[in-house]
Amino acid sequence: MISVSHLSVSFGAVHALTDVSFDAANGRITAILGANGAGKTTLLRTITGLEEATSGDVFLETDSTISLRTENQEKGETFLQGTSLLGKRTEDIARLGVGHVPEGRGVIAEFTVLENLRLGSLAAKVNFQEGLAEQFELFPVLGERRHQHAATLSGGERQMLAMARALIAKPKVLLLDEPSLGLAPLVTAEMMATISELCAKQNLTVLLVEQNAKSALKVAHQAVVLHLGKVVASASAQEVANDERLRQYYLGLVEQ
Amino acid sequence: MTWLSSGFMSDVFLGVTNGVLYGLIALSLVIVWRSTSILNFAQGAMAMFAAYLGMTLSSHGLNFWACFAIAIGAGFALGGLTERVLVRPLYKRPEINSIVVMVGFLGVLESAAAAIWSTAPRTLESPFSQVYFEHHNSTISLSPFAVFQIVSALVIMTAVGAIFRYTNLGLQLRAAALAPEVARLLGVRVNRLLTFGWMLSSAAGVVAAVVISSSGSTGLTPTVMDGFFVFGFIAAAVGGLESPIGAVVAGLMIGLVQQFLQDYAPSGVSSFAPVIILVVALMIRPQGLFSTMKARRV
Repeated sequence: MISVSHLSVSFGAVHALTDVSFDAANGRITAILGANGAGKTTLLRTITGLEEATSGDVFLETDSTISLRTENQEKGETFLQGTSLLGKRTEDIARLGVGHVPEGRGVIAEFTVLENLRLGSLAAKVNFQEGLAEQFELFPVLGERRHQHAATLSGGERQMLAMARALIAKPKVLLLDEPSLGLAPLVTAEMMATISELCAKQNLTVLLVEQNAKSALKVAHQAVVLHLGKVVASASAQEVANDERLRQYYLGLVEQ
Repeated sequence: MTWLSSGFMSDVFLGVTNGVLYGLIALSLVIVWRSTSILNFAQGAMAMFAAYLGMTLSSHGLNFWACFAIAIGAGFALGGLTERVLVRPLYKRPEINSIVVMVGFLGVLESAAAAIWSTAPRTLESPFSQVYFEHHNSTISLSPFAVFQIVSALVIMTAVGAIFRYTNLGLQLRAAALAPEVARLLGVRVNRLLTFGWMLSSAAGVVAAVVISSSGSTGLTPTVMDGFFVFGFIAAAVGGLESPIGAVVAGLMIGLVQQFLQDYAPSGVSSFAPVIILVVALMIRPQGLFSTMKARRV
């Protein structure tokens, strides 16, 4: 579980996020929705330490095997054992089990599929061969193209590679930034089905940032709607999908 | 007289002997450029300084190989220290800052070396003879020392190449250079790798400095690396700063061209020929002869 608490981020005079709070539960998909410039990407980047927060905090639930900073336990209202992610380095946040598939996927084009996946497995110290077998079972096309350079993959294949590279490290939390971007509707639907399956099977906490509200709401359990850096709605996916006002003003889902 | 002692082969041997050193210096520059986008103008001076450290310790009864090993160790340490202390604050600053700092560091190291060890040349005694090989009563322009010089440069080049290509460390180093943000998201400790890249680069340069200071012709002085650095730098630029193989090939090329011009062109031409090679190469291919750099999307 990951808990965002009163998080604000500013870039100079621009308030990218203002007082954002929500909890994302284990084994659930939380969709982060909103138009361009709503602050969705900034939210994910702040969680993984790529942007600096001006105030607020982000807590990650951790088990007792990981050393805890006790001062944060008092502040965290929602759970007993957790660690604050703010102020931590991106690489250390990743090592705590937060996988982040960034905007634009971030596959390393000069690397082969295998090299991309090996890179993903190194920091987590997982068995690479076992992980590889799992990912190739999940995404068979990656197995077929294992020796190809990532530059030669299609958009959908790159997205699969980016996800497999994050998953091979066995993360507890998976942040996905617009996985549907540039993909055909059918490929998007497959991608969403895979995310849904993974989430349930591996008890993953998924934060799914999407502009494509319709397909995200189909698989999400909860939804947070952002508008100009503020939370305008935080409820079950069902409720958000059925709210006429939200659909019309923030999600661009207007019935013809 | 055999073909091995012909004038042509003589130029090839001498050219390669010098060229491997240019290639090694160029490789050292490329390692740092690829990972941190900084041109290390102090590269030669750092190698010189580490060689002095090795020599100082070896003059207390240690042999050549111990000096070699100590100098390489000092090179690793100096490279790491430089990255941590001097270079780290320069990331994300305008390029001019790093140029000023590195050129300044070059001056500091050379003055410090002169103050500590004086400017009188010192020669490190190597176990290799500098007398040319004889073959069927004719002389081949290659000595056991030259062979040692070529082999040690090739060993370092191969080792650096193998680290980058075949090891997990190399994979992470390349990722840190190509896509630092993505690497961080995958848990790669990019800062540590940048330090390691500088250590590796510095140690590779030290091999060139130790070889130069044990060759009878020059010996070690605080400014001995200046000339070699200029040609190594040109080799790195001609090869395309991104390409380790390009750096090595361009280094060899410059060594060979210089040698042939010395024999066949009017005197003096060979000393500025590398600059002409640089200008021509950059006119034909501004990105460098061996660079595959294109507008890159990550």
